[in-house]
Amino acid sequence: MGEKETRILGKNLIELLEKFGDIEIENVEIRAEELTFLIQPVIRSLAQAPQLVPRVVEKEIEALLEAEFSPPIEVYPGEIAEVQIGATKSDGGSRRKVIKIGGAKTMPFYSFEATNQNKPVLAVDVFDMPISLAKAVKQHFKDVMEDPADWAKKYVEDFDADIISLNLISTDPLIKDTSPKDAAKTVEKVLQAVDVPLIIGGSGNKAKDPLVLEAAAEVANGERCILNSANVDNDYKKIVKAAKKYGHIVIAFTPMDINNQKKLNRYLLDEGLPKEQIIMDPTTAALGYGLDYTLSLMERIKLSGLLGDSDLQMPIVAPSSNAWGARESWMKSEDWGPREYRGPLWETITTITVMMSGADLFMLSHPATVRVMRKLIQALYGEFDSDQRIQDWITEIEG
Amino acid sequence: MSEKATLLTVYQYLPQINCGECDVPSCMVFASKLLNREATLEDCPPLKDPKYKVQMARLAELLAPPIKEVAIGVGGNVVKIGGKEVMYRHELTYHNPTAIAIDVSDKMDDKKIVERCKAVEAFTLVRIGEYLKLDMIAARCASKDPERFALVTSLIARSCKLPLILCSFDPKVLKVALEKGEVADRRPLLYAATEDNWKEVSELSKKYDCPMAVFAPNNITLLKSLIKTLEAIGIHDMVMDLGAYTDGRLLKETINNLVMVRRAAIQRSDKDVNYPIMAIPATVWIGDKLDPMTTSYREAYIASLFMNRYADLLIMHTLDVWALLPVLTLRQNIYTDPRKPVSVEAGLRTIGSPDTEAPVLLTTNFSLTYYTVANDIESSGIDCYLLVVDTEGLAVEVSVAGGQFTSAGVKDLFSSVGIEEKVKHRKLVIPGLAARLKGDIEDTTNWEVLVGPRDSSQIKGFLAKNWTIN
Repeated sequence: MGEKETRILGKNLIELLEKFGDIEIENVEIRAEELTFLIQPVIRSLAQAPQLVPRVVEKEIEALLEAEFSPPIEVYPGEIAEVQIGATKSDGGSRRKVIKIGGAKTMPFYSFEATNQNKPVLAVDVFDMPISLAKAVKQHFKDVMEDPADWAKKYVEDFDADIISLNLISTDPLIKDTSPKDAAKTVEKVLQAVDVPLIIGGSGNKAKDPLVLEAAAEVANGERCILNSANVDNDYKKIVKAAKKYGHIVIAFTPMDINNQKKLNRYLLDEGLPKEQIIMDPTTAALGYGLDYTLSLMERIKLSGLLGDSDLQMPIVAPSSNAWGARESWMKSEDWGPREYRGPLWETITTITVMMSGADLFMLSHPATVRVMRKLIQALYGEFDSDQRIQDWITEIEG
Repeated sequence: MSEKATLLTVYQYLPQINCGECDVPSCMVFASKLLNREATLEDCPPLKDPKYKVQMARLAELLAPPIKEVAIGVGGNVVKIGGKEVMYRHELTYHNPTAIAIDVSDKMDDKKIVERCKAVEAFTLVRIGEYLKLDMIAARCASKDPERFALVTSLIARSCKLPLILCSFDPKVLKVALEKGEVADRRPLLYAATEDNWKEVSELSKKYDCPMAVFAPNNITLLKSLIKTLEAIGIHDMVMDLGAYTDGRLLKETINNLVMVRRAAIQRSDKDVNYPIMAIPATVWIGDKLDPMTTSYREAYIASLFMNRYADLLIMHTLDVWALLPVLTLRQNIYTDPRKPVSVEAGLRTIGSPDTEAPVLLTTNFSLTYYTVANDIESSGIDCYLLVVDTEGLAVEVSVAGGQFTSAGVKDLFSSVGIEEKVKHRKLVIPGLAARLKGDIEDTTNWEVLVGPRDSSQIKGFLAKNWTIN
């Protein structure tokens, strides 16, 4: 309807209304408010005449009105890069299989509009020395904590982890100051003990990490591991160089800021590292301790990538085991109920939230989270049928 | 056809007299506040003049959120759901936190029903100065007996003041409850209209002026058809239930359904699905011999999943605190206004009445860290000084790793607040997660540094054991 016609119709309606006061309208789709809108230009000068709003007469309806729904599909101009983690014998590594993340064409699980072919992936935390862990986590690993190879093995064999995230925290000069060479030996041991891909993490010491990661990259030559992490405060150029030379992937870590993340990604790209070898860690805060910032940050990053910002088109890693930093996850408290359940649930819900916001790879600590997430991801990908009946939930719920 | 709410479209319907009665200098500024949901039309006194009646109506329509707001309950005991404006919270903020109802079955014995209602009403957890509470009771007619159900709703109504949901697909059950169950004047949500009973349920909804739910499991076309029909016969307060499946392929479809209807309403202005969404994680409790712990666990994470994808109302069954605490915490997170600053002002806070021997503690200016630490110290009754160092709004661990938390920053803070004049000692307690800065801070400030606990809940015990002044 053109503007002119609208105005004429509006005028006619006004005249009609003035004559008859009330108007019956057959098509209930037209609402009184819309009429007011149509006649707005005229009505403003007549603003004090309250009888101008027509009374819409409701019809008697016997059968359901028909309706159609077409899925509101959006096509995004951009796509998230696909990153291949791990290398098999044919690619020059020794892993059992390659794991792919990224390649998303839409937001997580919006399968009505596009298929994100790669499912989210579950890595688990292993440390190169016994550390203080929440009791709920520790009870599963106290027999293997002395040896990271055993720890990793247990996680792969008993709990079906996709990837081992090996944290070389003993390299911290304030902890044990393990040398890069010795740390690299640990990496070799773990690579031999398990056949899944590895994330190799430093201690967070900005001077030491590049040296540790460089040495680790060398012994893991060709295995397509993930080096954790490059950031603006350490010698990221050294890490990138090692990743390129020995064929690994680099995590770009920034503390909770989309612009800084973009900047760091740019630095790595400028060093000649392709998108396919970068994973972003924009910071995962625990449930209750800033998870809201992480949620919105990841949604913004993922949407920006899908909308075509090529500096933000890398997959996202979420160390959601950070959930164990929340006191609600580990602290003994009668008011809060048993921590054996509360802790893993805290990690599970943190992980679900970052997964729905756009994370592609998780670092987890508790076997229950791994188990729940595995099943949930399979369900969200429709990999198994369900004969669930909820039609009679009102009468069928137990209790 | 509808006009977009912009600064100019809103402004043109305002009185444009810049009277300042709303406490901002001009109608243009007020228009921007309206758009940002920082003011409501009620804040403009001149607009209440009958001569602005049409403008007022137009503004109300213009500013109405794409998802209708539905109120359940009466008076001071109302829950408002829906009223959503955006697909992602960073675009503005989410309004009306997801309401959580706990179910009560009419097969439970009377004593248990009363206890359960009282427990739900009394349920309170405190996090960072906010109360986390449950919102409603969902009364289920599991007995299929209208008389029994009416008795139970009376019992519930006498046991608590929470807003109610009456659940039965049998209109007779709902009718008897509204007639004799002492709940008609509470404006409960009637659950639910289906393909088969919509006529009878809608009559009850009209007669008693109650909002009603529409149930169309895994069938958006049917849902639309029901809503379209119900709107045509004059029902305008509805809540949509697309059936919250919790397993396998049906869960995948459920998540898709929730995203599709929300997007259709917000981005495609589909007026047949612009109502709040409800989901029922309690369905995980269908079945025999369920393990209560794993089922509560499951219900909690399923609830979190739906809350992440647009559920405005959830019906849950568990009352285990360990399962509800993370769900309520997630709600607190998701519904925090993202426009709220991440940081608090750096500087010195005086807690209690510290003297010259009082402990001096250090934390960051990330608002969550700060409020957690300040609350913990206050509630444990310690008199002390709390130094808040500028870490660009980052938490302790992140800012130590990222280099925003430095000894130089601590030194600057010392001199800017004059801490050395306030205490006689030279001893500082730093967060356990900043342990690695101990040496640096000691070298830079010449103070002795004690590494405190990793969690501020343990500050009291830590100080009792370690704080001495020689």
